[in-house]
Amino acid sequence: MTEKHPVGVAGSGTMGTGIAIVAARGGFPTLVFDLDEGRVAAALAAMRAFFGKSVQRGKLTQDQVDEIMGRVTGTSRIEDLAVCGLVIEAIYEELEAKGKLFAALDAVCPAHTLFASNTSTLSITEIAARSGRDDRFVGMHFCLPAQLMKLVEMSPGLNTSQESFEAAWALCEAMGQRPVKTQDAPGFILNYFLVPFNNDAIRLVEEGVAAPEEIDKAIKGALGYAMGPMELLDLVGLDTQVLLCEALHGVTNAPRAACPPLLRRMVAARRLGRKTKRGFLNYETTAIFGA
Amino acid sequence: MSHTVIASGESRSFPEAHPLLAAGGESGDILVLIGAGAGAAFAALKDPAPYRAILIELGTECLGVHTGESRGDEGGTVLGFARFRLGNAAPSDLVEIVRQPRTPDAVVAAARALFEAHGLKTAVCGDFPGRIVDRLVRPYYNAALGRLDAKLATAADMDLTLKLGLGYPEGPIELLERTGLAAHCDVTQALYDALGDAAYAPARRAQVAKARAGEK
Repeated sequence: MTEKHPVGVAGSGTMGTGIAIVAARGGFPTLVFDLDEGRVAAALAAMRAFFGKSVQRGKLTQDQVDEIMGRVTGTSRIEDLAVCGLVIEAIYEELEAKGKLFAALDAVCPAHTLFASNTSTLSITEIAARSGRDDRFVGMHFCLPAQLMKLVEMSPGLNTSQESFEAAWALCEAMGQRPVKTQDAPGFILNYFLVPFNNDAIRLVEEGVAAPEEIDKAIKGALGYAMGPMELLDLVGLDTQVLLCEALHGVTNAPRAACPPLLRRMVAARRLGRKTKRGFLNYETTAIFGA
Repeated sequence: MSHTVIASGESRSFPEAHPLLAAGGESGDILVLIGAGAGAAFAALKDPAPYRAILIELGTECLGVHTGESRGDEGGTVLGFARFRLGNAAPSDLVEIVRQPRTPDAVVAAARALFEAHGLKTAVCGDFPGRIVDRLVRPYYNAALGRLDAKLATAADMDLTLKLGLGYPEGPIELLERTGLAAHCDVTQALYDALGDAAYAPARRAQVAKARAGEK
């Protein structure tokens, strides 16, 4: 069996934690890196909680979980990532921040280490250009929640070598994921289609074509989608949709990617979706006070 | 609640037998006009007064074409409807019910109850081109065809990504191949004419399919 070199995950938020679960579950020694030790500890706790539920549901045994978590190390020292064969970045969507992180990684990682970014909207080529190794750099966009979704959109930058792309592809498959190849284009596949689609749905509300719940009923009833666009927007968070619009419209200038005015008003009014119990749909209890 | 069905020409919503049609009687209090000639049948109706609701099957046109419009105050007992259908695939169970600004809620409720009592799902919208579903999905399908031309990914990978990533039962390319690219061209052309929005302009691949369909 081929030796599994450690996988580093830089960034310990929701995406980073999910990717670390995937890597560790796939049999890779996994390093979870974040400058904030508290966030590292929280990520490891979230991983243990996830695997704990897997045991409760009979998907894994406690012994298997112990083995998986035995492969996981948390660190706030970037130097520790020097042992990795692949480092996947999953920090916030800002080109400068990602560029600084990769420059720092380039200084500590050996030449053979592949770099990958989990960006959903930024250009792989532009991030790679700041990494010091743009020939060994790929896009690996995991879907939320990464620990449950098999799909990974993989994109080569303009200077990514075929060898590096194939090696990263093989690692992705070895983690148990299903990679698909896309160009290094804004939004790749998923967000290129989803962000404007959801904006279009918001515009239907804005223009008085239909109420949010009617739009969801129509899309689910006509096409068999599990969720309507308004439910999905509320789940993702309307503030997140604003950020996605700004990222996608900023690089494409596509009219459908532009943030609808109603969306901005709803964010200003703190109607952010499920997390504030009010978005396009209302999630507050309908029970009468005192009932 | 009882209903009467009058068929005038081929119906896209009800191309075959359906419980709603079978249950229709001669003197119902809801009148359902189906077929390509539904609007003409409504125009020829001598006395609409006995009906608590009159439902006109729509094609791509707005309901106002049949009822007339005035200062945003239009709306009464007349509603439009259409079962969503892609090309020549079987109609879906979704009926889009079209209301006007002053349509009473009770009339809408009666239409909903009638369709739902016969196993259909309903969604209510205003009187706009494309209603809800076509307004939303046609730009998405156009974009998919455009990105295929731009070689964003293979057709198979694009379909797979949208199915795995978003849980869609079918990817856009395979769906359009199954239901007809030429039909997509027709619908988007009508929407583009009505809305003047480039997002609805038929994608190149749909135009090609339409041209080839015309040659056969």
